[in-house]
Amino acid sequence: MSLSPVSIPPPSAEPAPLFNERNYLVAERGWRSWLTTLDHKRIGMIYLVLTLVAFLLGGIYAMVIRVELLTPGPTIIEAVTYNKAFTLHGVIMILLFMIPAIPGIFGNFFIPLMIGARDVAFPRLNLLSVYLYLAGMLIAIFGMIHGGADTGWTFYTPYSTTTITKVWPILLGGFILGMGSIVTGLNFIVTIHTLRAPGITWMKMPLFIWSAYATSVIQVLATPVLGITLLLVAVENVFGFGVFDPARGGDPVLFQHLFWFYSHPAVYIMILPAMGVISEVIQAFSRKNVFGYRAVALSSLGIAFVGFFTWGHHLFTSGQSAVDAGVFGVLTMFVGIFTAIKVFNWTATLYRGSISFQTPFAYVVAFLFFLVFGGMTGIALATVALDVHWQDTYFVVAHFHFIMVGGTITGFLGAIHYWWPKMTGKMYSEKWGLIAATFIFLGFNFTFVPQFLLGNAGMPRRYYSYPERFWPLNVASTAGASVLALGFVIILVYLLLSLKYGKPAGPNPWGSRGYEWQTLSPPPVENFESQPTYPRPPHDYDDANPAKEFH
Amino acid sequence: MSAPGSHVAHHFPDLETQAHAARLGMWLFLATEVLLFAGLFTAYALYRMLYPSAFAGASKLIETSMGALNTVVLITSSLTVALAFHYSKESRSKLAAALLLVTLALGGVFLVVKYLEYSHHFHDGHLPGRFYSYAALQVPGASMFWTVYFLMTGLHGIHVVIGMGVLAWLAVGAWRGSYGGAYSTPLEVGGLYWHLVDLVWIFLFPLLYLI
Repeated sequence: MSLSPVSIPPPSAEPAPLFNERNYLVAERGWRSWLTTLDHKRIGMIYLVLTLVAFLLGGIYAMVIRVELLTPGPTIIEAVTYNKAFTLHGVIMILLFMIPAIPGIFGNFFIPLMIGARDVAFPRLNLLSVYLYLAGMLIAIFGMIHGGADTGWTFYTPYSTTTITKVWPILLGGFILGMGSIVTGLNFIVTIHTLRAPGITWMKMPLFIWSAYATSVIQVLATPVLGITLLLVAVENVFGFGVFDPARGGDPVLFQHLFWFYSHPAVYIMILPAMGVISEVIQAFSRKNVFGYRAVALSSLGIAFVGFFTWGHHLFTSGQSAVDAGVFGVLTMFVGIFTAIKVFNWTATLYRGSISFQTPFAYVVAFLFFLVFGGMTGIALATVALDVHWQDTYFVVAHFHFIMVGGTITGFLGAIHYWWPKMTGKMYSEKWGLIAATFIFLGFNFTFVPQFLLGNAGMPRRYYSYPERFWPLNVASTAGASVLALGFVIILVYLLLSLKYGKPAGPNPWGSRGYEWQTLSPPPVENFESQPTYPRPPHDYDDANPAKEFH
Repeated sequence: MSAPGSHVAHHFPDLETQAHAARLGMWLFLATEVLLFAGLFTAYALYRMLYPSAFAGASKLIETSMGALNTVVLITSSLTVALAFHYSKESRSKLAAALLLVTLALGGVFLVVKYLEYSHHFHDGHLPGRFYSYAALQVPGASMFWTVYFLMTGLHGIHVVIGMGVLAWLAVGAWRGSYGGAYSTPLEVGGLYWHLVDLVWIFLFPLLYLI
């Protein structure tokens, strides 16, 4: 059977089954086969389960924070518990969900499928990354149960080295999670370099691969610096070595430099994979080749590169010189240029496209809105004089939630709705998909738009109580968060129901011409029944001949 | 020795692609190691700038001859590990294994010398942070030199120990004839790691002992 994107199947070919019974999910049975699997698709599914557990945990902390802020004074928890809640919300959402989720799930599952490979370059290292993730997760959860840190996810010294709460297990967990992240990134870079099938040149790679490549470069080059920084804080916290302690001659601002050298590029680890997802979905659902392939592909590398030279914008109020602050501010704005290149090209892709407004596409629209809104407020924050007013207020909180929740999580939701039929072989309810997307969009805006207003009016972040004049907007924000949470619950329910009751998806329910749709749903263990050929670029919709669809 | 073809994993088209992937993976890993140490080098640069005289004074308390000896030991070990790879490619596996054992022994010598230095510093109170108790040098920042010294040499020492574990594993494999000829990539990437351990020391030696 030929699955080539352009050659018409020979007359003798049987039609592909609607549901591939010989798939990777049932190739081996028993939990032992899952714990020792080297199949990149199964590893992707393990990441899906683990990161969703983390997302649920982080979401519960988020709701605890929002309920506590429902009234100006104490509401449900004490101040120190509140401090722990926002710390753990940040640690879980960043280190356990947003950094590993899209690369771990969709990167693992689809990178080999998109480049015509049998697996990633180092399958054993891939399994190791799962166990590093699990170990880091368990150590961090142990730390939360036994004490729980109250430093904020940024672990600023000297507070983090003197606090009475137990910080070291979470630091150690972060270090181990970092190792897992490095292993994943390294594996992807080597895979993309060495395992592309004949015919897939660099300029014919799907755009998701380009963004995964750029993400991996950041993971490999920035994460070790976070590793050593967390270890230094742990050493200081446990032994009193004086690394960052001013009383012993140390410099706490050094910590901020080292921390943000990783943690600013880390926001591009979170958003670049989502951008890759959007590039794929927008082509499939507007049935047009992307406008400006080269610009969209290379702007990912541009963001990765310039992202390494922007960390100083977190230190505008930490005694940085005016020249340093100005340089970092301008370099930060370069990120806006590369992001704008993507946004304009995506918009041009939509122009005169044949758009089908299905659930994955709904998340593309939401993503574009949130990314532009969050990105523009980011440019405003990179302006030194404005930042001094907004530093450590809810304006900053709203800005990065627009990028991280509005950008990364809508990208994640777009990905799961687009690729769910390929991963599980089942369709979810389209009606409920659009209803949930509406809840997510409205709930998100009601949660975070009030926070921009609160921040601009002067409400500081991480405070347990606030003056009564901030009350109405905080109530609006908590109400919005409830709608947002309901949206997530609906999605979880209909996705789980689709596993049992969903209609079989068929190999290509969207009529997509992305390379990964050239195989059966769910894919067989060996990925392709026969090695596909790649005479054309991905998502080539110029020729409208339906006989040239993959199915 | 089995035929080289049998060493190719199912997802690689040929041995050359697989060897290329292994080398690329190791070079990327070495980049992460450089960045791991970079955090400590940054701390060194900052604190040396803040406390130049304290660093100069504390640096004089380390025996330069011990550091020089260890530098020679590690550079020699880099030669022996490179020779082991060379002879493995010529399928002289027993000689390769012997050279790996020499490398291991040199790593052991390095650790013994480092142990002697450390015990001297512990005895005299050349220690970081709150443990610093050396009466003859009481200037601001003196303890910071020892913080940086112990973190850098300690992290390097951990890498020496891990490297020795890798070399021991490779030596056993080489002795059994698991590698050889075109399939010598494990020795190559293991050797690359050992060279990095050597290279980090070549930067640590002048920074901590000489200036």
